[in-house]
Amino acid sequence: MSSVKKARRFNPDRDVAPWKGAYVPYDILKEAFVALLAVAVLIVVMAAVFSSPDDPSITLKKWSAVNPVDFAQTAITELDGSSGTATYGPPYNATPDAAQHMGFFEPAQWFGVHQPINTAQDFVIGPLRTLPNQQLLQRALDVYQGASAAQQSAWTTAYEKAVANATDVQGRLHVPAGRYGPVGYIIGSLTAMAQTGGLDGTLLSEGQFYNTDYTKPLLFLADGSYLESLAGAQHLQGSQWGMMNETGNYPGQAWLWLYTMWYQVAPMNTSSNADLEVWAIMMLLSVGLIFLPFIPILRSIPRWTRVYKLIWRRHYRELATT
Amino acid sequence: MVLGALLAALVNLGGTGKYIHWGFIQISVANFIVIILMIVVFILAILLPFPKRKGDRQ
Amino acid sequence: MSIDTDIGAESGPGGPGPTTAESRQWTARVRHTAESAFPPDQLLPDRQPAYMASWIYVFGVLTVVSLAWVIITGCILAIMGPSWWHVSSTGHFVNSLHLWSVEFFFFFMVIHLWGKFFMAAWRGNRRLTWATGVIAFLVSVPAAFTGYISQQNFDSQWISTQAKDGINATGAGAVWNVLNFGQMLMWHIVLLPIGVIIIAGLHVLMVRRRGIVPPFAVGDAHSETPVAAPLEEPA
Repeated sequence: MSSVKKARRFNPDRDVAPWKGAYVPYDILKEAFVALLAVAVLIVVMAAVFSSPDDPSITLKKWSAVNPVDFAQTAITELDGSSGTATYGPPYNATPDAAQHMGFFEPAQWFGVHQPINTAQDFVIGPLRTLPNQQLLQRALDVYQGASAAQQSAWTTAYEKAVANATDVQGRLHVPAGRYGPVGYIIGSLTAMAQTGGLDGTLLSEGQFYNTDYTKPLLFLADGSYLESLAGAQHLQGSQWGMMNETGNYPGQAWLWLYTMWYQVAPMNTSSNADLEVWAIMMLLSVGLIFLPFIPILRSIPRWTRVYKLIWRRHYRELATT
Repeated sequence: MVLGALLAALVNLGGTGKYIHWGFIQISVANFIVIILMIVVFILAILLPFPKRKGDRQ
Repeated sequence: MSIDTDIGAESGPGGPGPTTAESRQWTARVRHTAESAFPPDQLLPDRQPAYMASWIYVFGVLTVVSLAWVIITGCILAIMGPSWWHVSSTGHFVNSLHLWSVEFFFFFMVIHLWGKFFMAAWRGNRRLTWATGVIAFLVSVPAAFTGYISQQNFDSQWISTQAKDGINATGAGAVWNVLNFGQMLMWHIVLLPIGVIIIAGLHVLMVRRRGIVPPFAVGDAHSETPVAAPLEEPA
C-alpha cells in the first residue's frame, strides 16, 4: 500500500513529511540506565521521608463493640431484607427495578445474579446456626423460621421501631421492650457473636478452611454506618471527591479527577443511575482520547496553541538561519 | 531488619488530611501539590535548554 | 518434512529473502516480517533526529523505568506475600517504594501525554503509537486500582465497597468481584501487569517503527496546504 500514490490532500494535523534532515548521536540505553537510577533515588527518598499509609482494617468485632446500636440496626435490616445489600439487585439478588439503567440499557440486569446473597440466611440465621450448645437460640431461630411471612414481618417491624431507641450500656445492647417475638433474642445473639469475633470468622470462612473471598463480611460492614463514618472523617466519601483521596495527607489517585468529577455535577449528583451514567461518559471520553487523531478541531489544538514552537525552537531557529 | 526501622517516615503524613474547598471542587492539599508539580515540571521541561550534542551530522 | 539445505539465499538491498522452501514456513515468515519491520539499527538506534532537543522527550523513558521499579518492588513484595508489609518495617519500606514508584509512573506518564499531545505526535501514520499509549494509561488505572484493594487494610475495605457500585452497574460485577481479595490480588499481580507490559511494549515498538514525529513544517500553523509536502510513506 503506498499512500504517496493516493490523491489525498495534505492535512498538517494528520500528516507530516518524513524527516530528511540531520541526525545526532543519541545513546538510548545509557539514557534509560540513568533514568532508572534517577527514579530509584526519587522513590527511595520519598519512601524514606513519607512512607506509606496503613490504616488498620476494621472488623465486625470492632464495629459491634464501638457501636452495638448501629450494628443491631443494620442486622435487623439484613434479617428483614431491607438493607442496602438485600435490596441491591444484581449481582447479589434479583430485587426488581434495582439495577441501574439508562433507558433500555440495563447491563447489570442482563448479566444477572452471579454472587447470590440472601442476607437473612447468610448474615444472620446461618452464622447463628453454627453456634454450638445454644438451645435457647436454636429454639428462637426455629420459631422465627417456622412462622408465617406476615408474622415475621410484624416482629421485624416492631424490632426496627424499638431498636431505633436502643442504647449502648458499656458495650451491651439495650433495646426497649416490644412485641418482636424471638427477633430481639436473635439480633442480640448476633451482636454478641460479632463482639466475640466469631461473626468475622464465620462470614469469611463459609464453612470452609481456606477462603480468600471477603464479599460477605465487606457487604455487611458497608451496610452499616461505622465504615462510612470513618471514611467521611478521612474525606473519602463520594460527595467529598473521595475517589481521588488517600487517608491522611498522602497523595491519592489524582488521575481519577475526571471520573470523580462527574459524580459532583448534575444530573449525576442526584441520579440513582449515577454509576452507570458516569461509566458511560468515561467510556465515551476514553474512546475519544484513543481516536483523537481522527477528530477534527480537537486534533488541531496542538497546531493552534503553538506550544510546539517552544518544544522545537532550536529546530526552527536552525531552519531560519540556513 | 534495623534498616527498615531506621527508614520509618521522617515526615508523618498520617493524621487529619488537609483539604481545599473551591466552589464545588474539593481537593486534598497533597493531590493539589502533585498536580501543581506536574504542571511546573511540564513547563520546565519545555522551557529549560537541552544540552547541545557535538556529534556527527549525517 | 525434509531438511532444506538451501538456506540463506542471495542477499539483496532488503537483506536475505526467504527461499521458496523457507517462505512456506511460519518461522521464516515471522522472522522476515520482524526483520523488515524492525531492522536492528532501527530497533536500537544510536542516533536521533536533530530536532529531538527538549527535556520533554525524556518523560517516555522516565515512565518506562518507573514501571520497571513498580514491577521490581512488586516482585519483592511477592517474595514475602501480601501480609508482610503489615508486620515488618522492612516490608513497609518496600511497600512505600512500590507506592511511590506508582505515583511517579502516573506523574511521568501524564506529562509524557501532555507533551505528545502538544506535538500532535500521531501525525505521519503514528495513530497506532498514540492509541497504544492511551490504552496503556487506561489499563494502568485498573492495575493500580486492584493494588489498592489488595492492601488488606481500611483503605481496601472502603475502596472496594465503594467501587463495587460502579463496577456492578456495568454488569462486570457479575464476574469481576472487587470484594474478592483472592481474585483481585491475582488480577493485580498476574493479569494486569502482563497487560500493561504487553501494551507498553507494543507502544515502544511502534515508536521504534515510525520514529519520533517530525516538527510541524513552517507554514503549518496557518494553512491546511503548505508548499507541496509529500505524505509520509508507511514503513
